[in-house]
Amino acid sequence: MWSFDSISFFLVFLGLPLALFLTLVIWPFLQAAFYSFTNWGGFSQEFDIVGFDNYVRLVQDGTFLTALVNNVKLAIVIPLVTLVIALIFATLVTVGGRGIGQTVGVKNSGFYRVVSFFPYVIPAVVTAVIFMKVFDPSDGLLNRLLPAAFEQNWLGSVSTAMPASMVVIVWAGVGFYMLLFIAAIKSIPAEVYEAARLDGAGRLRTLWSVTLPSIRETVQTAWIYIGIAALDAFVFMHILNNSGGPDNSTLVMPQYLFRLAFSQNQFGYASAVGVAMAVVTLVFAALVFTINRLSGGSTRSS
Amino acid sequence: MATLSETVSETAPPQRRPKRADTPVAVGSHVVLIIWSLVVIGPLVWVFISSFKTDREIVSGDPLALPQQWNLDNFIKALTEGQLGRAMINTVLVVGAALVLVMLLGAMCAYVLARFEFFGRRAIYYLMLAGLTFPVFLAIVPLFFVLQNLGVLNTLPGLTLTYVAFALPFTVFFLYSFFQGLPGEISEAAAIDGAGRWRTFFSVMLPMATSGMASVAIFNFLGLWNQYLLPVALNTSRENWVLSQAVASFVSQAGYQSRQGQLFAAVVITIIPVLIAYILFQRQLQGSVSQGTMK
Repeated sequence: MWSFDSISFFLVFLGLPLALFLTLVIWPFLQAAFYSFTNWGGFSQEFDIVGFDNYVRLVQDGTFLTALVNNVKLAIVIPLVTLVIALIFATLVTVGGRGIGQTVGVKNSGFYRVVSFFPYVIPAVVTAVIFMKVFDPSDGLLNRLLPAAFEQNWLGSVSTAMPASMVVIVWAGVGFYMLLFIAAIKSIPAEVYEAARLDGAGRLRTLWSVTLPSIRETVQTAWIYIGIAALDAFVFMHILNNSGGPDNSTLVMPQYLFRLAFSQNQFGYASAVGVAMAVVTLVFAALVFTINRLSGGSTRSS
Repeated sequence: MATLSETVSETAPPQRRPKRADTPVAVGSHVVLIIWSLVVIGPLVWVFISSFKTDREIVSGDPLALPQQWNLDNFIKALTEGQLGRAMINTVLVVGAALVLVMLLGAMCAYVLARFEFFGRRAIYYLMLAGLTFPVFLAIVPLFFVLQNLGVLNTLPGLTLTYVAFALPFTVFFLYSFFQGLPGEISEAAAIDGAGRWRTFFSVMLPMATSGMASVAIFNFLGLWNQYLLPVALNTSRENWVLSQAVASFVSQAGYQSRQGQLFAAVVITIIPVLIAYILFQRQLQGSVSQGTMK
């Protein structure tokens, strides 16, 4: 059993990846949790353990609360809008075509699929850069196309900065989830659709009573993925509005953490923000599971 | 893993004669999808056209008009002055090395976790799950110092190792279910034939996992190619910049109006290779997405 072959096998196959993972992922996570209880500045070796002081400061910190609220807004709006659009498009592509009985996708569905997926392969940074230019008040595409009366400083005024940023994130996300839903819909046996159609169910009814229940697990997984992404949103926000937007209207938690850690050298406090982010993420995931279960879905996580 | 055999075939099923009453629905579907396609393509076309324009044309001309001259000045300047060429090379090196490493280490780790019983197996599995769920941001501050202590902060090998470590949980998860699904008799047969554990993995099990490996590799490639947070915090010296950092830097420089064209050129240079790769491999990629949902 304990031949050289076996020992070297386990050492390399398990030991090597695990060592890397523990050193660069788990160990920093644990350290972050520890530093969140200190007043460490980052560059001196000295710090004091301050107990829950950072967390007390956190709940009284107006800027942090603004960032938290912005992330929560994103986590509510982004999944809802993105997934609804993605589901509608996926339905159109798979079962929106002509034909009674047989469900058929629209013609040229391949083209729509390929085009819709473009944004997913464009790096998020580049998407943000493109839209920063699209929304540019003086020579951006949007203002040039709109009649003068509708022109706006889209990313520069409090009322439009957040919605405009959300549009960018939705633009970037729809394609991927559309493809995910198309795959899920295609795995529903065609007979189920045929039966529903022969029983006289209309298209909306079919979407609601056949498609949605059948792809429930996929929707839940998608919701968690995109929700976690929205609770971050750093890349988009950092490029679109580096400073956090007018009146911090687009400031998100990771941006605040980044600012605290790397420009203000408050590593201890920044770690507390990181822990808060992790907690919010876990709470979000738990919420999605609970809602899915209460509304009658299975509890099996995929 | 769900069976793939029952899925509706990729090509449209044999069609009955379409009834006239359904035409409005089909037309409506097309209208909606065409509008979305325009929303997706519009900004990209605008960026593409603008990348050939002079800064004067960009600021004062019609945004969707073709450039007066298709000149490549912006591209040349972006690649040299903007150091985009250098960043491109760095990105290819880092992402290439990280991809090979993470696929190898991830497959090895997933294989051991999926096919061997040993003490601590579940604990390792849950640790991976934690690594997958927790925000990278939480780790970023201590990670900075871990890399500094290892002497690899602001170096390409340091960035590569970090990429590998953070892509590992996803890779292990995906391949774990894949290796579990492979029939056990084959590895037993290999063992009876005298193949050691190493041999069994590299000559028998790994080749069987090729399709799973391809899917994960595509996702990892996109994820790592698009990575921004890790390099921006851990790879700050200019000559080591990756593509995402270099493109982002054009934003701050474009404040000086004279760099507008270069910014657009930089965006085009970044997008074109990925877009071409996508159009070539799109069937494969769609297969990957559907596999991802059915695990």
